[in-house]
Amino acid sequence: MRKGYAIPIWAAPVAAMVLVLLIDTILFPSFFELRLIDGRLTGSLVDVLIRGTPVALLALGMAGVIATRGIDLSVGAVMAIAGAVAADALAEGAPWTTAVLYALTAGLACGLWSGMLVAFLKLQPIVATLVLMVAGRGIAQLVTGGQITTFDDASFSALAGGTIFAIPAPILIVAAIVLLLTVLVRSTALGLMVEAIGVNPRAAELVGINTRSIVLAVYALSGVTAALAGIIATADIHGADANNAGLWLELDAILVVVLGGGSLLGGRLSYGLTLIGAITLQAIKTGILLAGFPPQMGLILMAVMVSILLVIQAPALQQWLQRRTLRNAAS
Amino acid sequence: MPDVPPLLEARGITKTYPGTVALDDVNFDVRAGEIHALMGENGAGKSTLIKILTGAETRDSGAILIEGQPADADTTQQAQRAGIWAVHQEVMVLPNLSVAENVMLGYQPRRFGLVDRRETRRLANAALAELGLSLDADRELGSYPVAIRQLVAIARAVRVNARVLVLDEPTASLDAPEVDRLFSVVRALASRGTGIVFITHFLDQVYATSDRTTVLRNGRVVGSSPTSDLPQVDLIHMMIGKGLQQAIAADRPGKGKQGEVAAKFAGLGKKGMVEPFDLTLRAGETVGAAGLLGSGRTETAKLMFGAERADAGSVEVAGKQRRLRSPRDAIRAGLAFSPEDRKVDGVFGDLSIRDNIAIVLQAKRGWTRKLSRRRQQQLADEYIARLNVKTSDAEKPIGQLSGGNQQKALLARWLASEPKVLILDEPTRGIDVGAHADIVQAIEELRDSGLALYVISSELEELVAYSERVSVMRDRRQVALLERNELSVDRIVAAIAAPPGQQ
Repeated sequence: MRKGYAIPIWAAPVAAMVLVLLIDTILFPSFFELRLIDGRLTGSLVDVLIRGTPVALLALGMAGVIATRGIDLSVGAVMAIAGAVAADALAEGAPWTTAVLYALTAGLACGLWSGMLVAFLKLQPIVATLVLMVAGRGIAQLVTGGQITTFDDASFSALAGGTIFAIPAPILIVAAIVLLLTVLVRSTALGLMVEAIGVNPRAAELVGINTRSIVLAVYALSGVTAALAGIIATADIHGADANNAGLWLELDAILVVVLGGGSLLGGRLSYGLTLIGAITLQAIKTGILLAGFPPQMGLILMAVMVSILLVIQAPALQQWLQRRTLRNAAS
Repeated sequence: MPDVPPLLEARGITKTYPGTVALDDVNFDVRAGEIHALMGENGAGKSTLIKILTGAETRDSGAILIEGQPADADTTQQAQRAGIWAVHQEVMVLPNLSVAENVMLGYQPRRFGLVDRRETRRLANAALAELGLSLDADRELGSYPVAIRQLVAIARAVRVNARVLVLDEPTASLDAPEVDRLFSVVRALASRGTGIVFITHFLDQVYATSDRTTVLRNGRVVGSSPTSDLPQVDLIHMMIGKGLQQAIAADRPGKGKQGEVAAKFAGLGKKGMVEPFDLTLRAGETVGAAGLLGSGRTETAKLMFGAERADAGSVEVAGKQRRLRSPRDAIRAGLAFSPEDRKVDGVFGDLSIRDNIAIVLQAKRGWTRKLSRRRQQQLADEYIARLNVKTSDAEKPIGQLSGGNQQKALLARWLASEPKVLILDEPTRGIDVGAHADIVQAIEELRDSGLALYVISSELEELVAYSERVSVMRDRRQVALLERNELSVDRIVAAIAAPPGQQ
């Protein structure tokens, strides 16, 4: 392979996002229009970003796990637990900071649990996290006592509905997390080590990487970001619904990581691209709504779009493109 | 019986994979009632030949004859129908099914369209009885030890009247009484006229059971004779071969000034893996390790590096007592270990050469103290130049390099961590001649610069050329430690061949 012709890793996810946004604009010409209403930025694009927040947060945690060749099926359930814990604390009169702290701690504990099963007991990630995926929703229901717990706390609700400089809070939170995580993994050697574990776990152990601690850490992080997603979802609806919060979102999160160029075989970690994957998925969902397709078509259309995007990113297609480029360049 | 055609005959089998000739005009046959041992080091072509005989691989050219007639054995199913049956090292049984179901799998008798359990059990018991086994046919096979599972796999072959039975390292995970039991079953089968092909790394088992031995090396048959006419020393010579380039084999011992003790391993061992051994490595010397595959060489290296946890003995590095519970501990103590299987245990194929070289030093520093991009670049450039790694640049994924250049990059990774002791497991296996010479040269330079090296190699001439001492392994034991003045290929071969206690 000659240098200079290699397709960069970010090209396909970015192209997929641009394609989807383009289609959205064609279907709905005012898609990119932004307006300031009551000191709050609004518009379809803003809507995409806000609605995409929970899945984006789940996916950011998932990205680290998948990069180590693992998977975390429990994130949806952890989201429900965190939401239930926060709502419960607020309903009992705790200040919003305490509620957030409790919820994050619950998420961390869940993440550590799964991480321990994978890193120390060497359970297969899909099995280890399936435990919490099933049990977690039960735990959340226990916390809420089977009811939808509601609360009235303006500060907490502002986490979903508030703005800073006209920018909605969820967008800022996701941006901050992406930035924080990117700096964390790229200014230290964590990123390299996580990728090394994903590419070749046995070699990682032999070169002296502390694989167990790092695997534990990525699951712990996944628990925390899932809790954050749960907090925002709870703040959004002013209540915790243990049965439905985060339901099936673990699958969306996995999809987002893959749309962002991640490989389930591990070894690739980019929080920026994961964010792009999240925007792509939400832009598809929003686009389908905006275009006014009958709701019963929604899921099928989404499946079709996602399939097309994954084909675009398929290694086989990329290699074919690369060969063509080389051939054309040669002739 | 020259006029009776052999039960199974392979004529002029050739098989090439991209870049390598796995089998080159190989002739091989098995007669009825014969136990035929197929020997050779890793990569000699044994498994390829077996795969072709059993239809798991297609041959490029050549013919397979059964009783003198051309046979259709292009798929596993066809080969099995023709009566050629293989029992692999990784036992292919279903531990969650009953013994009877395993024996009868795929051939269960039916009644009213359903599996007839009673008949299944009866036939299974009959097949087991033929092997002199009495097992509870209804018990889950998984509840029996590996040896029994192996025998059940053989019973399956008996059940379908296999005429040729291929046993691929059947004894690798068995203990002595289990091996005896397996052999008595195999001999019983042979006496009934079944042809047996037997692959093993254990020489004494070859002599204990087989009638004839064929040796493969680099895809060619280097010899075939009745086992009783083949002295063990000759067998080993055939397997290992000679003819290494003079350039590599030239005698270039160390400068002779032995430094301080770099590492001392006293009574280090692990039950069922390596018997306790003593070894001292001095700065500025290379200690070689010889022995056939499966003799415990690699396991010894893993114990020394903490990749396997020893249950006996002590380790002292640079005068300090160390407990090596993991490779991390060993690396901190100043050890380095380049494993035999580059692909599985060594390279991070998707990551760049730069990342692959920097990673050990990075792991040693911990995740918080990241090596700057520039420092990584310097390291990569320095070692690419020093070890003559052939690549356009350091950003290429290491998986795209040739085997020899990958090996150099792996060596670079360990040198960058500035170890005191470097353990190399088969550093020159499977790489081209040019890279081979480069690596031998690097080994000598490192030794002269004061590093202590422990080098495992099957290239005996090479070991003799640069080693101060050679540790000889056999049957998971260090059976000899040859000093420089008594070092020769013949002495090493003799030590490998001599039964324990008969030096």
